[in-house]
Amino acid sequence: MSTLAATAPALKRIGVGASLRRNRRWALIASYFFLIMFAIFFLMPPYYMVVTALKSDAEVARMATNPWIIANGATFDQFKILFTQTDFLIFFKNTVIVTVCVVAITMVVSVLAAFSLGRMKFWGSGILATGIFLTYLVPDTLLFLPLFQIVKSVGLLNSYWGMVLVYPTLTVPFCTWIMIGYFQSIPKELDEAALIDGAGHMQMLTKIFIPVALPGIIAAMIFAFTVSWAAFVYPLAFLYSADQQVLTVGTVTSLIRGDVYKWGMLMAGALVAAAPPLVIYAFLMDYYIAGLTAGATKG
Amino acid sequence: MADTVQPWNVATLPGIAKAPARKSGLQLFMRRRSTIALLMCTPLILIVAGLIIYPAFYSIYLSMLNKAQTRFIGFSNFTFLLSRDTFWMVVQQSAIFALSAVFFKALIGLITAHLVNNLPVKGQRKWRGMLLVPWVIPLALSTLGWWWLFDPTYSAINYILMGLGFDNVAWLSTPYWARFSVILVNVWYGAPFFLIMYLAALKSVPEQLYEAASIDGATAWQKFRHITLPMMHNIIAITILFSLIVTFANFDVVQIMTAGGPRNMTHVFATYSFLLGIRSGDLPLGAATSLFMFPILAVAAVFILRGVRKRGREIG
Amino acid sequence: MAEVTLRNVGKRYDDVVAVSNINLDIPNHEFVVLVGPSGCGKSTTLRMIAGLEEISDGEISIGGEVVNDLPPKDRDIAMVFQNYALYPHMTVAENMSFGLKLRKFPKAEIKQRVDNAARILDITELLTRRPKQLSGGQRQRVAMGRAIVRNPKVFLFDEPLSNLDAKLRVQMRTEIKRVHQKVKTTTVYVTHDQVEAMTLADRVVVMHKGKIEQIGTPNDLYHHPKTRFVAGFIGSPAMNLVPAKLESNGSGLKIRLSDKLSFEVPESRAARYRGHTGKDLLFGLRPEHITETRGRENGVGQEFPVTLDVVEPMGMETMVFFKVDGTEVCGRVEPTAAKASGETMQLRANLDHMHLIDPATNAVL
Repeated sequence: MSTLAATAPALKRIGVGASLRRNRRWALIASYFFLIMFAIFFLMPPYYMVVTALKSDAEVARMATNPWIIANGATFDQFKILFTQTDFLIFFKNTVIVTVCVVAITMVVSVLAAFSLGRMKFWGSGILATGIFLTYLVPDTLLFLPLFQIVKSVGLLNSYWGMVLVYPTLTVPFCTWIMIGYFQSIPKELDEAALIDGAGHMQMLTKIFIPVALPGIIAAMIFAFTVSWAAFVYPLAFLYSADQQVLTVGTVTSLIRGDVYKWGMLMAGALVAAAPPLVIYAFLMDYYIAGLTAGATKG
Repeated sequence: MADTVQPWNVATLPGIAKAPARKSGLQLFMRRRSTIALLMCTPLILIVAGLIIYPAFYSIYLSMLNKAQTRFIGFSNFTFLLSRDTFWMVVQQSAIFALSAVFFKALIGLITAHLVNNLPVKGQRKWRGMLLVPWVIPLALSTLGWWWLFDPTYSAINYILMGLGFDNVAWLSTPYWARFSVILVNVWYGAPFFLIMYLAALKSVPEQLYEAASIDGATAWQKFRHITLPMMHNIIAITILFSLIVTFANFDVVQIMTAGGPRNMTHVFATYSFLLGIRSGDLPLGAATSLFMFPILAVAAVFILRGVRKRGREIG
Repeated sequence: MAEVTLRNVGKRYDDVVAVSNINLDIPNHEFVVLVGPSGCGKSTTLRMIAGLEEISDGEISIGGEVVNDLPPKDRDIAMVFQNYALYPHMTVAENMSFGLKLRKFPKAEIKQRVDNAARILDITELLTRRPKQLSGGQRQRVAMGRAIVRNPKVFLFDEPLSNLDAKLRVQMRTEIKRVHQKVKTTTVYVTHDQVEAMTLADRVVVMHKGKIEQIGTPNDLYHHPKTRFVAGFIGSPAMNLVPAKLESNGSGLKIRLSDKLSFEVPESRAARYRGHTGKDLLFGLRPEHITETRGRENGVGQEFPVTLDVVEPMGMETMVFFKVDGTEVCGRVEPTAAKASGETMQLRANLDHMHLIDPATNAVL
């Protein structure tokens, strides 16, 4: 039912006996028009990033031509330079290591805690769950300074393993929250059937709940992956050497040669760095979104 | 009972191993259950306590030290900040940044959610997929892209403006345009989140309510006012509050595009405390700065919690 | 109050035809029920009258005015939904007055109409409550109240009782009938329950696969079904349909159900069937016309023996099931007369109520 059917009152009464069908078609056309405007707004920067990454340095520097199109033929030179003449691939490798470790840690911690908080009601479980949710609201920009001291004291400053230590603060609370919701939505009868079948708690978790809550687990994993991949504050504050740096900070700060911003290469770097989340999004969009909305709509 | 139920001897069932089917045995079992449960929570508790709660309190302690962290100086850092004009500008800019960005994100989210919801169901998925892209790209990287779009010499946006007959705009070096730019990028990045939330909420309103309203004689606007808004107002509140917290503490956009400039006019709490704490090496001062965020975050958090609880009651 | 006319109305979704060829004249004050199984198109038709679905073909007029292009709010109709569709954040009184407020009725009149409707439906004490504090039956009444205050030309009901439990359903059925007698508004009511249809309707429209099978008063449909579908749909338990052959029997006709069982066709029906002698047809007889023989020596009917298959005591009567050449047939007998399963029993069939159906056309002869 089109709730925009009468957005513009003028459209409604185009003469006596205006066809309802015609009104709805107008409303649909208007919807598409505005949606296309928004789509242009949202997709314009990525598009421009792609265009720039495929241009030669010379064309990037030339100001006379339309920067929105590739006038002199697309080239992959920027990517080649990026991979061979910069530390980009090191950044990529570091980010992969960090992300994989963090996702693994996050999932183990969250699933265990969520199963316990969500299904095994014990004294204080409600308070703990609420507390976890609240800690999610503590931003990284509040914690990064004291954490600097802590990471330094553990000797992990300027090491990407320091990232593995601190990133879970970004992922674990929310992932636990998501998983609690999913675990709670599994009917109680499954526990009882399993108990009768003779399962212990760990067995229940691994053989029954994890398979049944798999969509939630995938959604949480994607969330943890995305947050780890995109983290910026901690690496910027704690990592100095190029060989320890991760993609986000590396692309933005280290790829600048001298004072010259090689935008073609920078855009190429940004694109390659952004690729993994985008690819996951393209294939697993529903899980991606489920992870996002789980927090609010599951209450 | 045990002798009549061979071989399913109660004593051999796992989990009740040592407990005969008697009251005391049951209590033992219950206690073990909650111990297991608590054990399962331990890693989480360790991480949260060690890396979130402890640092939060530590930052309070830290903020009361001198720069070399050798002496305790009480509230000196705080009073120092409160006396600086720059600091008040940071407060003002953080507020403007957070409030206006969240407002526009919510507005755009609401509008696009309605637009997408009006489409035939088959097409909705495609559009939703396209419109969510800004959120998927890591913020630091898309900010880099925007930085390039705003580049003083090569700005592609300026190219269009000049083509339309307008003047070049120095996006990142003029104070007001710089403020506009950081807000714009944050809105661009965050609006899709609102779109997804509101779209899900819109779909949860039963279609028949709108039909009943049609028959009652409501126009589209009246339907929005009397049905959509009341049904959605809880989730609108939750997402706005949530976004206020996140936007208020935002770092990436300002840091990358303007690093707080020009003339410290785009600094928000996060970037200013980074500047003071890491760049200038005065950790305590930086900690003091970021602690100013805390009261606002706490208030917002309380409201969110209430909203989430209320929604849980509404649904369940 | 007004008449509702549907002329050649049809509805298409892309290539799928949901409803076609609907012709219906509903005079003022009449209570018409659209009945049929799920998917027969009755709700679609109702929603087209309401304006919630676009009309693909044909014309619908309300009160003499063609309403095809009018939005719901201009058609002067009110609707009661299956799920009540009450606005959850408004009180009962606000729910009922919403439509009037939108149309800018003066406050005094709104209050008067709301109070009046509340009195008719006996919900006056509920006016300040919210929907989630009400029971199913109460919500249904509020939904009806919302329709009544509007004082529309036509009431539309879309399976309003389906969500209620059986007992409540019977109660509300009587409520609805009572309200209709008081308010007398033209009503179009949709249900899949033929008992509801028969008890509530002035006239019943039986629909099947998007078309109208038959229109008539409940009695008409019960005694004179025109198609196989109507014959099998109306009446509970359903009419027995047994393949049979119409044979000549001297000057009369005989209907043969199996090698062992045949009946004489009574004079009152023979004339109609004569032209179909020799054909394979479907024999239809309602269970209530297959009864026990005791105490009916002077009654009409032909006796025949059966071996009972299943016996279901229902309290007031007992249903007996037996097989005729593989087809299961049902009869209703006095509980005391019923024998046990597996035993033989003598039954009496009242052939004055028989029907013959041509399987090729599915028409009742």
